[in-house]
Amino acid sequence: MAKAKKPKLAVWKFASCSGCQLSLLDCEDELLAIAETLEIAYFPKASSAVKKGPYDLSLVEGSITTPHDAHRIHEVRKVSKTLVTIGACATAGGIQALRNFKDVKDFISTVYVSPQFIQVLDKSTPIADHVFVDFELRGCPIDKHQLLEVVNAFLNKRKPIVPPYSVCMECKRRGIICVMVAYGTPCLGPVTQTGCGALCPSYHRGCYGCFGPQEKSNTSSLAKWWKTLNVSEDNLVRAFRGFNAWADSFRKESEVHEK
Amino acid sequence: MKNRSVKVDCLTRVEGEGGLEIKIKGDKVTDIQFNIFEPPRFFEAFLHGRLFTEAPDITARICGICPIAYQMSSAHAMEMACGVKVEGPLRDLRRLVYCGEWIESHALHVYMLHAPDFLGYDDAISMAKDHPDLVKQGLKLKKIGNELMILLGGREIHPINICVGGFFKVPTPKELQKMAEPLKWALKASLETVKFVSALEFPEFEQDYEFVSVNHDREYPINEGRVISNKGIDIVVTDFLEIFEEQQVKHSTSLHAVVKDRGAYHVGPLARYNLNFDKLTPLAQKAAVEAGLGRQCNNPFKSIIARAVELVFACEEALRIIDNYQMPEKPYLDVPPKAGIGHGATEAPRGLLYHKYEIDNDGVIKAARIIAPTSQNQKVIENDLAAFVPLNLDLPHDTLTWKCEQAVRNYDPCISCSCHFLKLNIEQE
Ligand code: SF4
Ligand code: SF4
Repeated sequence: MAKAKKPKLAVWKFASCSGCQLSLLDCEDELLAIAETLEIAYFPKASSAVKKGPYDLSLVEGSITTPHDAHRIHEVRKVSKTLVTIGACATAGGIQALRNFKDVKDFISTVYVSPQFIQVLDKSTPIADHVFVDFELRGCPIDKHQLLEVVNAFLNKRKPIVPPYSVCMECKRRGIICVMVAYGTPCLGPVTQTGCGALCPSYHRGCYGCFGPQEKSNTSSLAKWWKTLNVSEDNLVRAFRGFNAWADSFRKESEVHEK
Repeated sequence: MKNRSVKVDCLTRVEGEGGLEIKIKGDKVTDIQFNIFEPPRFFEAFLHGRLFTEAPDITARICGICPIAYQMSSAHAMEMACGVKVEGPLRDLRRLVYCGEWIESHALHVYMLHAPDFLGYDDAISMAKDHPDLVKQGLKLKKIGNELMILLGGREIHPINICVGGFFKVPTPKELQKMAEPLKWALKASLETVKFVSALEFPEFEQDYEFVSVNHDREYPINEGRVISNKGIDIVVTDFLEIFEEQQVKHSTSLHAVVKDRGAYHVGPLARYNLNFDKLTPLAQKAAVEAGLGRQCNNPFKSIIARAVELVFACEEALRIIDNYQMPEKPYLDVPPKAGIGHGATEAPRGLLYHKYEIDNDGVIKAARIIAPTSQNQKVIENDLAAFVPLNLDLPHDTLTWKCEQAVRNYDPCISCSCHFLKLNIEQE
């Protein structure tokens, strides 16, 4: 072909629910156009065609939980020019990082009937703990508009524009009534990075932090506020131990409230 | 005699990580392994100690393709434990959002994951070069399913608006009405989908299955009912574990569910169709008959037709609910926690999804058990391959491999779901 080669896209999966990669297929209006500009070279969930690397853009979903995957991620890095992690599993270890807080031995004896051939690491960790990551896209799941922005930015060789402020700020910008002030509903909005457009408060629900901590979030002051709403220590632990439990500031705050 | 093996290291166009290995000696299959090497994520383990109200959001993360199924099975189980029953418009809205998930998931599978098998493409994108209108129709259908989930759930993947007791916020009738036009289009497109898939070529292949699904006396099963089979099972959901059990299999990180003392069973669209044909709308029944699906179908390759028929049903059902909708006074029922055990069995797009929880008086989860559709179908998938391969040994190797993969995809396997669990060595880092 005489035409300039299309950049190659690869989508990789580690421990995850596949929701973040599904976001790509959920771009129903844009999918065929994306396929015009990028060559979908490796995306097993969607295609049987597997083209060899190197890949110009790798989207990585999921966390590292097995010795095999801890090795595989290095292979992925080697064949990827740009590596973007997508979703809370990949950026923070995901919901499966809840096992990081348990005593492994207790854990086995409470749940596991018999030992098995599968080797599993005692912690679920984000991709950036293992290899260099060019960009992290947050959310459980990621927002598909943000995903399109990342792909676009990549095609135009610029940095993705992803707002750094909190869900709380987003509510103010959108004129959404504050659920904490108006209904006394505990909300993680003040410490959570936006990206969802303040979805939960717009449905009269408190944010549960699925986009992870906003940079420099003041979790302890929020925890104090929650206590005035009669939230117990146990429930504070649970709140910070959600889909981004292993993210630094959420993890530390949860430990403060754990007896 | 020649030895052969069919090996697929990484199954594609399925959700999750799986592989396939079939060993053949002469004209006999000596070993079949539908391998699942998805890393286990231990949901049942860490649900222990969480609040009953958290289960819908936590379990949704088992699978990004059928989050509503997880939210519904867990919410129903918790409501049963606490002695609350959701009725009226809230019950209808739950059915409606589930219709959205069926439409989205079925359209994705029929058009993007399974049709390329029949037509000889690697994926829907290369299929779009020759059949652009077909793929666009599939994408639009899928999008309408997603829009329904967004309207009721806030977003299509891991909806935020579902809770034990109902919803955080319910739509006004006017907001719901906005979906009527798109759904009317979707209904037409679904009827065309049935026509399209019925014209595909199907391998001659029938098996004597035990089909299992939820069954309700008035409606096509989605959220509620008894659990029945064509071989005599007819139980209330609380008896589920009396009849079914999960067995540990060595080659996979997933468990196989079986009917105790009997073996494999089949869940999903074909099971629902065969067991509940009389509850389909007349239009869906007519479409099925015209498609030659018959009152009973035992050819797993034709599950794609059953899926298309369910698309017709889901669109009609959604339209019916929207037309009759009256906004409830409150978006949810109060569900005060109470020590007890609850069970939930609902119909995920790819088959029955069972949850069981034990909670204490404060609503803290003491035990959780989840049996996902793919762990139930896994044994049937292996049995299908064991029967299918010897009949097709004269096929060229690539074609045989392709057909075997297609046979796995008949079940729309969701591999993340099937290994929600346990059992392994933990290695210190
Ligand atoms: S971040 Fe959430 S949505 Fe994305 S793969 Fe992980 S569990 Fe699924
Ligand atoms: S409001 Fe919070 S929990 Fe809700 S979608 Fe946004 S980040 Fe996630």
